[in-house]
Amino acid sequence: MISLSCPAPITGTGSVLLGHGSGGKLSAELLRGIFLRAFDNPLLARLEDQAVVEVAGARLAFTTDSFVVKPLFFRGGDIGSLAVHGTVNDLAMGGAQPLALSAAFILEEGFPLADLRRITDSMARAAAAAGTTIVTGDTKVVERRSGDGVYVTTTGIGLVAAGVSLSAAQARPGDAVVLSGAIGDHGIAILSAREGLELDGDIASDSAPLNGLVEAILAVTREVRAMRDPTRGGLASTLNEIAAQSHVGITLSEDAIRVHAGVRGACEILGLDPLHVANEGKLVALVPADCADEIVQAMQRHPLGREAAIIGAVTERDPGLVTMRTTFGTTRIVDMLAGDQLPRIC
Amino acid sequence: MRYLDEYRDSGIAHALAARIRARVTRPWTLMEICGGQTHTILRYGLPELLPQQIELVHGPGCPVCVAPLEIVDRAIEIAARPGVIFVSYGDMLRVPGSRSDLLRVKAAGGDIRIAYSPLEAVRIASENPARLVVFFGIGFETTAPANAMAVWQAKQHDLRNFSMLVSHVLVPPAMRLILGSPTNRVQGFIAPGHVCTVMGFEEYEVLAAEFQVPIVVGGFEPVDLLEAIAMLVDQLEDGRAELENQYSRSVSRGGNQPAQQLMHEVFEITDRQWRGIGAIPASGYRLREEYAAFDAERVFATEEIQVEEPPECIAALVMQGLKKPVDCPAFGTRCLPERPLGASMVSSEGACAAYYAYRRHAAPEVAR
Repeated sequence: MISLSCPAPITGTGSVLLGHGSGGKLSAELLRGIFLRAFDNPLLARLEDQAVVEVAGARLAFTTDSFVVKPLFFRGGDIGSLAVHGTVNDLAMGGAQPLALSAAFILEEGFPLADLRRITDSMARAAAAAGTTIVTGDTKVVERRSGDGVYVTTTGIGLVAAGVSLSAAQARPGDAVVLSGAIGDHGIAILSAREGLELDGDIASDSAPLNGLVEAILAVTREVRAMRDPTRGGLASTLNEIAAQSHVGITLSEDAIRVHAGVRGACEILGLDPLHVANEGKLVALVPADCADEIVQAMQRHPLGREAAIIGAVTERDPGLVTMRTTFGTTRIVDMLAGDQLPRIC
Repeated sequence: MRYLDEYRDSGIAHALAARIRARVTRPWTLMEICGGQTHTILRYGLPELLPQQIELVHGPGCPVCVAPLEIVDRAIEIAARPGVIFVSYGDMLRVPGSRSDLLRVKAAGGDIRIAYSPLEAVRIASENPARLVVFFGIGFETTAPANAMAVWQAKQHDLRNFSMLVSHVLVPPAMRLILGSPTNRVQGFIAPGHVCTVMGFEEYEVLAAEFQVPIVVGGFEPVDLLEAIAMLVDQLEDGRAELENQYSRSVSRGGNQPAQQLMHEVFEITDRQWRGIGAIPASGYRLREEYAAFDAERVFATEEIQVEEPPECIAALVMQGLKKPVDCPAFGTRCLPERPLGASMVSSEGACAAYYAYRRHAAPEVAR
């Protein structure tokens, strides 16, 4: 029975909602309903963090990302370093080392040049640390009140290592789920920096370039199935995407997922689940079970993977669903966020 | 983390579950009042630890779920007006009104801001003297002190551009309604720990004696809830009907006196509509006459509102313990968090949202 007085579905209305940018279900609907429909092609349809294009025998990874974070400066980073790390990481999740980046800036009239200098210096440092450079760019200025100071878009190309083929559609029953460290640091650092929240801000963003850690993983085996950096929407959204794209179930062990005490405390106060909070320097890898331990050990030897651990496994049961064995030995679903009520985080 | 880890300890939880299993001899139906407790129960899968004889049903203590459709529609109407800054707890933004919701008003250009405290709205009002700032003051006794403080401060500072759209409700009248119903199934209650932190538990002693029903004031962590259930089962098996306080680290008999004084200063008891349930006499707060200048319903003369509730939504039966969310034919199909029929599917304290988020994979008998 479908009632005529049902409220019209929110997703059917004619305008963009903030939730469309959350990385959760509404974002996925926007992607499918608008962009995939318009741009439909096999490379895009793979829905990876990067497209891999073959050029004269080489496989080039290609990706772009826009950054609208508020505040622009926060503990552990700023919009500039975030913009570099974000694109480097999207390349790295395809098994690619970055070759070159572009940077485009939308500046608001009146934005202090000193802040812009601080952001660009930070970008240069971040690019150097990731072993790459910013080789082209663009600038536009919009009228006062048409922007939030500065928006940054970075684009990157990278070279995919030979023999490596990563895809969120490749997870297989029996695979292990490996996480590189504690979750939620970035999202909570941004929330703490937000005016009016008055959280004690000793939590720093984890924003970092992951290409070195990826190199360490791929040095163990090229048989890795998929890698993702759980940014917007958190680990829960990333794993739900992988489960859906691979048509498999994923079961997690709550005990194995690390959350730093400060992040836990903030999540308790704010009513957030750390599994939904953004990260900018963590990766989750789906790997064959027989090399999982060796991969974790290799990750732990890298500065960005010291807290790496196996957090779960891929199952045949419940395809498309992520479940978690709680500390009590009971089972619950780990869902994507339906919308988003957090301030802009990336 | 202190006060957290020990209340989420698996060993203690399993010991309490064993104590309940050892004690129970027949079926008992228990209700936790508060939606926060419902979420803990489902998130930690506590029904999996309990013996078959214990059935948990979920109470009306979700402020977002019981906020009447009429007040949601009124909020939507006020928030859409030019010159208004409408400030709300985030949960209310996705709650479906008759024809729209606050998120859509925001997308269409309404200045709607999410706050974690009503005092943020007072600050926004003092910083924007040319705008009318309205705070959506909903909730139970838990949020009432902060809302009272906001109105009180606005009066002290003579902030004429601040007002509050008040739809406050009270727990004991709702429990009285459930207990007085001929269809009532609830044999023991877990009373809401945060409400009792503010109000104390004398009102609940009266209910326990009058209806001969055991009531245990419970906390919000899994160990709290298992202990409260164990205490209720002990009472039921002993044939006792008393008020006991499990959440003694937060709740005292008299509650928070300064908070109660402030609430009494600003608010007075009134009849209130509960979404889906209907009018309950003397079940809420409104602003006193001395604070009428801060009452958004008076500041904004809104037209008579025609509400339209989706007839398929069974949230009202869920909140009275008569149905489970999974009994609803629309659950997980025509009613989803991103396309809700009722508020219970979107609120972070809604029972439908909790079942959808944590337990929709389980076979119906396990979900129970």
